[in-house]
Amino acid sequence: MSAAIVGVAYNRQERRNIRQNIAEMVYEVTTQALADAGLEIRDIDNVVTVSNDFWDGRTISSMAVQDACGSYEKNISTVEGDGTFGAFYGLSRILSGEYQTTLVVAHSKGSESDMSLVTNGMFDQFYVRPLGVDNLISAALQARIYMDTFGVSEEDLALVSVKNHGNALKNPKAQIAKSITVKDVMASRKLADPLKLYDVSPISDGAAAIILASEDFMRRNPQKFRPVFIRGAAFCADAYDLGLRDLARAPALKKAAERAFQMANIRSVEEIDLAELYDAFTYMELMWYEGLGFCPEGKGAEFLKSGATQIDGKLPVNASGGVLSAHTVVAAGLIRIIEACLQIRGEAGEHQVKKEVRNAIAHGINGPCGQSHCVFVLSKEA
Amino acid sequence: MITEENKQGLFFMHSGDASQPYRYTVGTWGSKFLTELRDHKQFYGIRCPKCKKVYVPVRQVCGPCFTEMTELVPVSAEGKIVSYTILRFQFLDPETGERKPIPYGYGIFRLDGADTNFQHFIAVPEDESRLFIGARVRAVFREERRGSLRDILHFELVAD
Amino acid sequence: MRAVALCLCPFEGGMMARRVAIVGSGQTYHSGGRTDVNAQEMITEAVVRALESAELTIDDIDGIVIGNMDHFEGINYVDTWSVPATGGTLKPVIKLTTGGTTGTTLAIGGYHLVASGFFSKLLVIGWEKNSESDTTAAITTAFDPIWDRLVFAGAIGGLAVEAQAYLARYNHKKEDAARVVVRDRKHGANNPYAHMQKEVTIKQVLSSPPLADPLHFLDMCPRTDGACAVIFADEYSAEKICDRPAWILGTSVRHNAAFSTDVNFDGLKTMESAARELFHKTGITDPLEQLDVIEMYLPYSYAGLIWIESLGLCKKGDGPRLVWDGVTDMGGKLPINPSGGPICANPIGATGLIRVAEAALQIQNRAEKRQVPDAKIALATGFGGCFWTDLVLLGAKKP
Repeated sequence: MSAAIVGVAYNRQERRNIRQNIAEMVYEVTTQALADAGLEIRDIDNVVTVSNDFWDGRTISSMAVQDACGSYEKNISTVEGDGTFGAFYGLSRILSGEYQTTLVVAHSKGSESDMSLVTNGMFDQFYVRPLGVDNLISAALQARIYMDTFGVSEEDLALVSVKNHGNALKNPKAQIAKSITVKDVMASRKLADPLKLYDVSPISDGAAAIILASEDFMRRNPQKFRPVFIRGAAFCADAYDLGLRDLARAPALKKAAERAFQMANIRSVEEIDLAELYDAFTYMELMWYEGLGFCPEGKGAEFLKSGATQIDGKLPVNASGGVLSAHTVVAAGLIRIIEACLQIRGEAGEHQVKKEVRNAIAHGINGPCGQSHCVFVLSKEA
Repeated sequence: MITEENKQGLFFMHSGDASQPYRYTVGTWGSKFLTELRDHKQFYGIRCPKCKKVYVPVRQVCGPCFTEMTELVPVSAEGKIVSYTILRFQFLDPETGERKPIPYGYGIFRLDGADTNFQHFIAVPEDESRLFIGARVRAVFREERRGSLRDILHFELVAD
Repeated sequence: MRAVALCLCPFEGGMMARRVAIVGSGQTYHSGGRTDVNAQEMITEAVVRALESAELTIDDIDGIVIGNMDHFEGINYVDTWSVPATGGTLKPVIKLTTGGTTGTTLAIGGYHLVASGFFSKLLVIGWEKNSESDTTAAITTAFDPIWDRLVFAGAIGGLAVEAQAYLARYNHKKEDAARVVVRDRKHGANNPYAHMQKEVTIKQVLSSPPLADPLHFLDMCPRTDGACAVIFADEYSAEKICDRPAWILGTSVRHNAAFSTDVNFDGLKTMESAARELFHKTGITDPLEQLDVIEMYLPYSYAGLIWIESLGLCKKGDGPRLVWDGVTDMGGKLPINPSGGPICANPIGATGLIRVAEAALQIQNRAEKRQVPDAKIALATGFGGCFWTDLVLLGAKKP
């Protein structure tokens, strides 16, 4: 049994989309993903939506999109978390033998809520929340520990910002695209020491959809699919309390990656042609290189400086501009999958990498300081 | 170990209250609906090009047909009761954090010209038995309207 | 995914999807306010009981699925928050949530995740600490902020209008619904985990305080704190763990409608449609004859009349006759809610999973005082959202 991604779509991410409500954004990407796959809604036999009740300010956030995702009279479920986790469950539904075609659609509108309050809600309600800790503040703690452990400088982190915002210039769907220097990053406003404005991803509105199909379905249907095969997928969570974690390392990512690579029969990093990683903050991209085994522990900055992860490097990372250039929470991981698919299909447009992309990694995170990770190995061949 | 006996003596703590502010986007069609309601006291529905159903509240997609709708059609501020109840228990209004004033009438209406229901307050007459499923009702508007469902004060029975 | 399949199967079997069974479950002692434990401790209580029932340890578990409704407790990212409660450190943890249907959504998710071959022994957890917020206010926020919230009054208001329409359509009486409460409360007296374990009379139901016409206080489920954990295993491990696994025979889900006002009050349409699919897939032609027991998500009394009609147990409008005749009582032809159902305990995010766990206990012949003798096919239902339905069919025979 096998499964592939046969349709993808995401809309332009922006700071405040007041033209469309959530359902309207979801309808747009659903119809576009169907068109991309050459399918109609009746070809879809089940749906997984991905949303978050806190970000949406709605207790059953999935309810808003039931009409818009075409789930009427279909088997549907909802994952709360990053879009990669939704894609994983959508994949399981096909591999279970119950379904042939899964639509996975994720949305969020960061502009409608208060990031600090929403992410303060992730923390222990008795001991941590009263301190006002949120996503940004906890990330600053992690950045500090990472830098201290491995001797990484703020300038090193800034290089990630320079690379990804530069890549975003070629991606019309990114929100923040600019040509900047390390100096610009260093001079940007301090938000939570050592993190500055350009180290931090923006708040965004957006939606994304993918269509997964079984091997059987593709065989039975004559459409000329451009399938991207899922050869490995795994997720893993670290401990909850920040004090119980080794914040300078990402053991959960390491474990998820090992499992996904094992499934995909990936034996060496050399086999990976491209990666789209969840770089919510500059330092995270370096840490995720290490967790994924792209380079030894603590050597993320060196790996970046080697040029390997530049758009023309041997392992381009976030050719799309990454999460630093547009951070639609919940949809962001699904967008990583979509960008990896487009690169494999050779359809990424202006930010298409020059080299042939046969195997690509897409990655998503959940919880504070990358507590939980999901890793996909996507390939041109089954 | 907490047992039934010593439980009484313990002071169990809780975390305190929390609240979250939101700025919801009404969307393309909803914005038109609320503008018309505010400026002209006029209800609108939206018609599915496929099944011809007229939806109130308005929205972009007909769920059963998975078809985009673009045709706004005026519907009446009058209709009939599909079902109703009178709320008699105390609960918090999540919009305000205040206790909802009870008792209040909660009505599901079918406005003339619409194929789905619209819900709002129903004014409860002194003789509650005058409320029944199928009874005719009409919207009562506020003098000062700001473009929300609160522009409608409530629905009331159409005097026979 | 050839490579995946090869590596995914370090256990046994080939590349095919696997059959899946429930091999153990655990519940908390549900109550109106578990102030003796915080939410994480409450979850641990259910997890420990589930592991004990299957004679497994947390090290045997290769993945965790958890769910609740965020705004009842105000905790965001419950999957990562729950890790200390479940022993999930360095394990895969995923959250599913769909409102009232969360519990059945979790069970159905557990089934798919194991059937896919990704997991062989999966811990599935539903929980809610409803005492930590105003339940009606929190449910009201499930509905559209622009169109629904101004007047919507949570589950009680939303269900009262269904009941009112039903009474008007068939000229039935409030006593008919009260008879459902009498049944479930009587059954609940056999369930040591139930929040409500005292019987009530029809007179008591009708003289309890009016909430929203025609509903009285005792027509509604209580507000409950509780958790439930269920262990799903694949076909290669299920029979090694226990001698009588409860096999998943089929599932179906309908979450139609995004606005509460799109729902017609002429039976539960999503139940009709979900039942059609499930019964077709599993060869059930006459549910009243073929099913041995039902654990039904009945958040209020009238559902015990209307929704059994929608399920196809009888003609429309005949629900009361079936209930008065004792068909759905313990000892009847098709007992409904031997556990007492949600009328006796409704920790919302756990409720649907409790239905599945109780149905599995019936198949496993472990339901003790609430056991339906020789139950071989059991149905569990979930309800939530805009009158949405989930169904899970379990059986003693390996499918």
